[in-house]
Amino acid sequence: MNQPIKGGRGVNALPFVAPSVVILFVWMIVPLVMTLWFSFQRYNLLSPELSGFVGLSNYSFLLTDPSLWIAMANTLLLVGGVLAITVVGGTLLAVLFDQDFFGSKVARLLAIAPFFVMPTVSALIWKNLLMHPVNGVSAAIARALGLQPVDWFGQWPLFSVTIIVAWQWLPFALLILLTALQSLDHEQKEAARMDGAGPLAIFWYIVLPHMGRAIKVVVMIETIFFLSIFAEIYTTTGGGPGLASTNLTYLIYLRALLEFDVGTASAGGVIAIVLANIVAAFLVRSIARNLDA
Amino acid sequence: MRLKLDRHAALSVTGWLAAGLLFFPIAWMLLTSVKTEIEAVATTPSLIFTPTLENYVAVQERADYLKFALNSVVVSFGSTLLALALAVPAAYGMAFFPTKRTRGTLLWMLSTKMMPPVGALVPVTLVFRDLGLIDTLAGLVVVYALINLPIVVWMLYTFFREIPREILEAGRMDGATPLDELRFLLLPLALPGMASTGLLAVILTWNEAFWSLNLTAAHAGPLTAFIASFSAPEGLFWAKLSAASTMAVAPILVFGWLSQRQLVRGLTFGAVK
Repeated sequence: MNQPIKGGRGVNALPFVAPSVVILFVWMIVPLVMTLWFSFQRYNLLSPELSGFVGLSNYSFLLTDPSLWIAMANTLLLVGGVLAITVVGGTLLAVLFDQDFFGSKVARLLAIAPFFVMPTVSALIWKNLLMHPVNGVSAAIARALGLQPVDWFGQWPLFSVTIIVAWQWLPFALLILLTALQSLDHEQKEAARMDGAGPLAIFWYIVLPHMGRAIKVVVMIETIFFLSIFAEIYTTTGGGPGLASTNLTYLIYLRALLEFDVGTASAGGVIAIVLANIVAAFLVRSIARNLDA
Repeated sequence: MRLKLDRHAALSVTGWLAAGLLFFPIAWMLLTSVKTEIEAVATTPSLIFTPTLENYVAVQERADYLKFALNSVVVSFGSTLLALALAVPAAYGMAFFPTKRTRGTLLWMLSTKMMPPVGALVPVTLVFRDLGLIDTLAGLVVVYALINLPIVVWMLYTFFREIPREILEAGRMDGATPLDELRFLLLPLALPGMASTGLLAVILTWNEAFWSLNLTAAHAGPLTAFIASFSAPEGLFWAKLSAASTMAVAPILVFGWLSQRQLVRGLTFGAVK
């Protein structure tokens, strides 16, 4: 099936494909070259007369600056934390919503809803309505239980951001993993049940291996997105207190648009690109394998 | 039988509990949007109150709300149309006249999507400043069209590949040129696929916040920026924030629910179907 039509009468597809390729190429290469170029320059928009080639000093300045390492550590914690919550939670939820129960279709729609909420809305809803230390729901619950309300963004800034992002992306993992799960042959599960396999054994030996590839795809796609988390930090903590919830993306934003330090921000941008590309290489390879199938 | 019923009941309770927990923040936002400001910040939240629509009226009356909403509509639909205009021919060419470079081209397009936006923040800001595109709708339309182009091409490509070749063969026998083919055979057949591709692009653009926060100010800001402006003053306008948020989220939520299947295909580049 779906064999390409042989002998397309010498149809040349290039004019169809070329516009997209050229435009994407420009969109990729111009910022990349400019970022690389600026990363070797001293260039601050506030004092442009001091510009000039400075070699690697932007990089050495950044790499010896503790704030970069704090931001890197925060990035790793944030990515790792949200990944752990969404992959484990998403797998369990996918298994749950794969079953038929009373109103399961409606429940499923409600469960995936958070993914469609824009990041600035979810950040503010959580920050104010839910996590506010005085007027929020969590504070009311804590008081009702006789506990001290938690000042989420003061005491646990990074953890609070992690919760918000995890809430938004749990439905994504659920949606992808559920789709993968629904393609599982139910006769196979039935056969295993006949042979006396318990639900746990079926989950461990049949369901989980079947979902393996989808889980891998979820991990990689989420990682790409989580490296660039921005709006949730921007609207809640502003990276603070101090640098406690500043990730790499936010640090570069601070340098570029608040301190107008183009050189250092660009060096940070190059570091972010390298980081993302390590993940991207794995992702592209895994998708390429599927392209032939 | 008894055991089966119990199992079904337990499953229903667990399922609805999970769904309820995940949906709770949205439900609470809806509830808060029909409270008065005083009820909205009550330290002991009440579930029994007289609902009011005054917050929706108040938000609508803010002169700038409509402008932000309109910006969101223009930017998300404009960029989607632009991306489709570029992507339809490209996906058509690659799906129906593949060469040995097609595979590489597709994967390369995918890889451009992996570039972290912050890596392009400085150059894009500077180029936009020099071109006078900062805080303009045209600038945002172009940026979002380019950001979504790889996903749009990929999704269309997977849809085009599923169109039965025999129909095209038949058209070709009757002497249709490739352009006729595209117009009279392919587009009608591919319309559902194109619609869901467009819908995904609209959803992604509507909710994107990195570029909209960084490239706009008072003039071209979409709803993401409008909502973010509520975080600045410490005044507690939670009911109005909730009403504005509800209006910003509702249309996209409906779109998302309608297109959840195709969404998986688009978001995983066809790796999970």
